Amino acid sequence: MTKKLLDIEAIRRDFPILRKPLPKGLPLTYLDSGSSAQKPQCVIDKEREVYENFYANAYRGVYRFGAIVDEELEATRERIRKLINAASVDEVVFTAGTTMSLNMVASGWGRRHVKPGDEILINEMEHHANFVPWQQLAAATGATLRFIPLTDDGRLDMSRLSEVLTEKTKLLAVTGMSNVLGTINPIGELAARAHDVGAFIVIDGAQSVPHGTTDVATPGIDFLAFSSHKLYGPSGVGVLYGRKELLDETDPLLFGGHMIDRVYKDHSTWAGPPAKFEAGTIQIAQAIALGSAIDYVNAIGFDAIHAHEQQLMQHAHKRLSEIPGMRIYGPGPEHRGAIISFTIDGTHPEDLAQLLDRRGVFVRHGHHCTMPLHDLLGVSATVRTSFGVYNSQADVDALLDAIQFAREKLRVA
Amino acid sequence: MSVSFDLTIDDIYEEFEELVDWDERCDYLIDLGFDLPELPEAAKVDEHKVHGCQSNVWLVSEITPSDPPVVEFVANSDAMIVNGLIAVLMALYSGKTPREIIEVDPKVVFAKLGLERQLSPLRRNGLYSMVDRVRKLAVEAEASK
Ligand SMILES: Cc1ncc(COP(=O)(O)O)c(C=O)c1O
Repeated sequence: MTKKLLDIEAIRRDFPILRKPLPKGLPLTYLDSGSSAQKPQCVIDKEREVYENFYANAYRGVYRFGAIVDEELEATRERIRKLINAASVDEVVFTAGTTMSLNMVASGWGRRHVKPGDEILINEMEHHANFVPWQQLAAATGATLRFIPLTDDGRLDMSRLSEVLTEKTKLLAVTGMSNVLGTINPIGELAARAHDVGAFIVIDGAQSVPHGTTDVATPGIDFLAFSSHKLYGPSGVGVLYGRKELLDETDPLLFGGHMIDRVYKDHSTWAGPPAKFEAGTIQIAQAIALGSAIDYVNAIGFDAIHAHEQQLMQHAHKRLSEIPGMRIYGPGPEHRGAIISFTIDGTHPEDLAQLLDRRGVFVRHGHHCTMPLHDLLGVSATVRTSFGVYNSQADVDALLDAIQFAREKLRVA
Repeated sequence: MSVSFDLTIDDIYEEFEELVDWDERCDYLIDLGFDLPELPEAAKVDEHKVHGCQSNVWLVSEITPSDPPVVEFVANSDAMIVNGLIAVLMALYSGKTPREIIEVDPKVVFAKLGLERQLSPLRRNGLYSMVDRVRKLAVEAEASK
């Protein structure tokens, strides 16, 4: 732990919320970036700038402010395109978030293309957002939902992939990184194997996009969904990437303004993507400020972010493992990203989270929208710590101190 | 069932008065939780589960054949702070007649204890799920009189 990868102190100064002490002067130890990340000043400023200087509706007016808003939105779209290496900005759709993006694929593409007897392949580590829409799609179309088996340490069992990925598989939906186990999935290999059998691949990038480089071109990802709010951007905005040919064959989920080509009294025709999927007024200021969040992470660099977070996670993993009664779920540090979920024998996650809060340590507890995974793990809840670019060794120290405090209160230490 | 549980809501009010802040009260709730009468493992089944809580809560109750009949119950959670809240509910309700239970306004009690303010909405929902369960029992007992 000697090499200093990032100037964490400087990064922390970019996040105003981290500089404000909690009541009683406690410093904030924010370990819930996997739920939602804090926002740097530049993102906050950008959103305010929109409202203070040039706010207007998007894609509606030719007057000055309307034109600036359109330009800014398109500049963000271009930044997103570059971020994920999409071929065209027409493949980048603004949505309300990962959940909406995945539902758009499941309903808009799935109901049109999935047929009775087809198979949809998911796995038990998926977030409900990448689980329930496919379950619903299968029920609606007569397709079968199948599951890639997991290994005992919570990875996809690639040695058994061919048992479930077959000519019958229409679509494989998988998360880039588990929001509970931290498992990083081999997306490139999965995409290649899916395409080998003629299946399409949908990536839930909610957890993976904020922590490393994303490239939809190289392994050939068909659809990708992610959220701005986990990427240090505003809440309420997300992205759906889809290959152009696929978006052309995807039905819109919402109908209304902006998404049409021509409306007649008895029928309507649609605009091309992305407008086809952006009915109504989108989250204007938030979408624009997502562009600033992307600039922010790019300026630090995803390689540096990834290296820093991995180092922190490894350190936390090692220290947490030394605590008596500690059970960490998921693979070893070499196969996971910056998320660690655990339980401590003789304590309940809800008590732990509440006692940690008293030490200013913010973690999440519960099933984290992964009930099937928790069924598999045999626990109803876990405590989850997740790390972002601004977390430091001091946060890990605070976590360990707070856990010791909680263990004493709960009489297991 | 015959549980020995002597704590009254006035005892809890008194104790809360002496404690300076929510942290200390939270510690006290945890202590109460540790002293809660335990349900046998066999009672921790779905039929006794209280839904709407984040942690598992099981509640077993009965109307005693005494005169007047009273509602007795024991609840247990796998979370210790919730067990503390259960102790508050038991102090408030257990061993009371259905009429007495119906007449208590739990909102007033929880406000006096600062629980309305300190508990997160999720927690508060869980607490009220337990309250609803007990009150429903009391209402049914009153109705069948
Ligand atoms: C893996 C994963 N998928 C999907 C989601 C849903 O994201 P959102 O709530 O932004 O739609 C989350 C967020 O918790 C997640 O972690």
